[in-house]
Amino acid sequence: MKLLPEFLKGIIKQNPIFVLALGLCPVLAVSTSVKNALGMGAAATFVLVGSNCIVSLIKKGVPDTIRIPCFIIVIATFVTIAELVMKAYSPALNRALGIYVPLIVVNCVVLGRAEAFASRRTLPASLADALGMGIGFTLGLALISAVRELLGSGQLLGYTLLPGFQPALMMALPPGALLVIGGMLGFFNLLKGRKE
Amino acid sequence: MNAGHFLAIFISSIFVSNVILSRFLGLCSFIAISKETRPALAMSSAVLFVIVMSSAITWVVYNYLLIPFDLAYLRTISFILVIASCVQLVEMVIRKFMPALYRVFGIYLPLITVNCAVLGVAVLNTDMFFSRGKPLPGSFIFSVFQGVCVGIGYTLAMLLMSAIRERLEYSRVPEAVREFPIAFVTASLMSLSFMGFNGFRF
Repeated sequence: MKLLPEFLKGIIKQNPIFVLALGLCPVLAVSTSVKNALGMGAAATFVLVGSNCIVSLIKKGVPDTIRIPCFIIVIATFVTIAELVMKAYSPALNRALGIYVPLIVVNCVVLGRAEAFASRRTLPASLADALGMGIGFTLGLALISAVRELLGSGQLLGYTLLPGFQPALMMALPPGALLVIGGMLGFFNLLKGRKE
Repeated sequence: MNAGHFLAIFISSIFVSNVILSRFLGLCSFIAISKETRPALAMSSAVLFVIVMSSAITWVVYNYLLIPFDLAYLRTISFILVIASCVQLVEMVIRKFMPALYRVFGIYLPLITVNCAVLGVAVLNTDMFFSRGKPLPGSFIFSVFQGVCVGIGYTLAMLLMSAIRERLEYSRVPEAVREFPIAFVTASLMSLSFMGFNGFRF
């Protein structure tokens, strides 16, 4: 059993955001503050783990031609659970994330892992893969939101880190999100190029 | 329900909160398929069509099925099912009756199921035009109209982006930021310019 590599690969080597460039829509929309980003990351990780496990359990019984709709239903079920839990225990977070919570259904990371990994592998491997991808997704999200929150408001998790810093409002607005993700993708490409 | 409402929806979904550039819906397809104008246009027209159809159908499902039976929490599941079957239907109809059109945008159709713009509009419609489980006056018309406008906004952003990226092909871009990174930076500048529409008042 080689579960550790399956778990670790999602965090850096195949990071869903920076390397695979998957699931970017929610990443850009909710990365205005680290708190929102962590909430979104937790919800997405929960959905990933749940759907990867179920998909790897039912993979034998699902006919090949309708597998995508079947996977989507499984994913949508977990998204609904996440949505209801969030509404019950953290209504403020639910309001902040808005329509991006139901949109986890169409997050390409979740469907991509179900289709590319869980539908062919065993349950433990799928679980490890989902956990790693979820954590990698959350880390990427946290990194982007940290940059945006720091430059956009001079704060991190609500604490002022840069007193006297004139915040660049643009970083908190949509253009800032696109700029940060573009810059980061370029930066990681540069690192990759160096290594080779 | 008057012309002002329609104008507000029109301006806001095309310019002020453009689906792609300010709401970030449908970003994956926006980055992946905007390298050339022709496929970008084909994809946008397919998206426009599916958005309009699915906003009409999801409104009916939500108003006549989910609300009367107190099943509003099944919104996400039922909407994604409606969209998936809608896309499948469109694909079959086009393949049967319009083979020429099918060759142009057939391959993009399956992708639209997981395009967040489609589900996003359906969810937004129920958030905006329903209040406490009751449809607001004219909400069906508004939902469909919002679908049309969001589709137009998507097309506009796709066309602009693909035109810029066709030019980018000829410019010398540093190795590390080729393809995706430069596309994101371009999108950021476009988004910045679209924010100029924020000052519109009615």
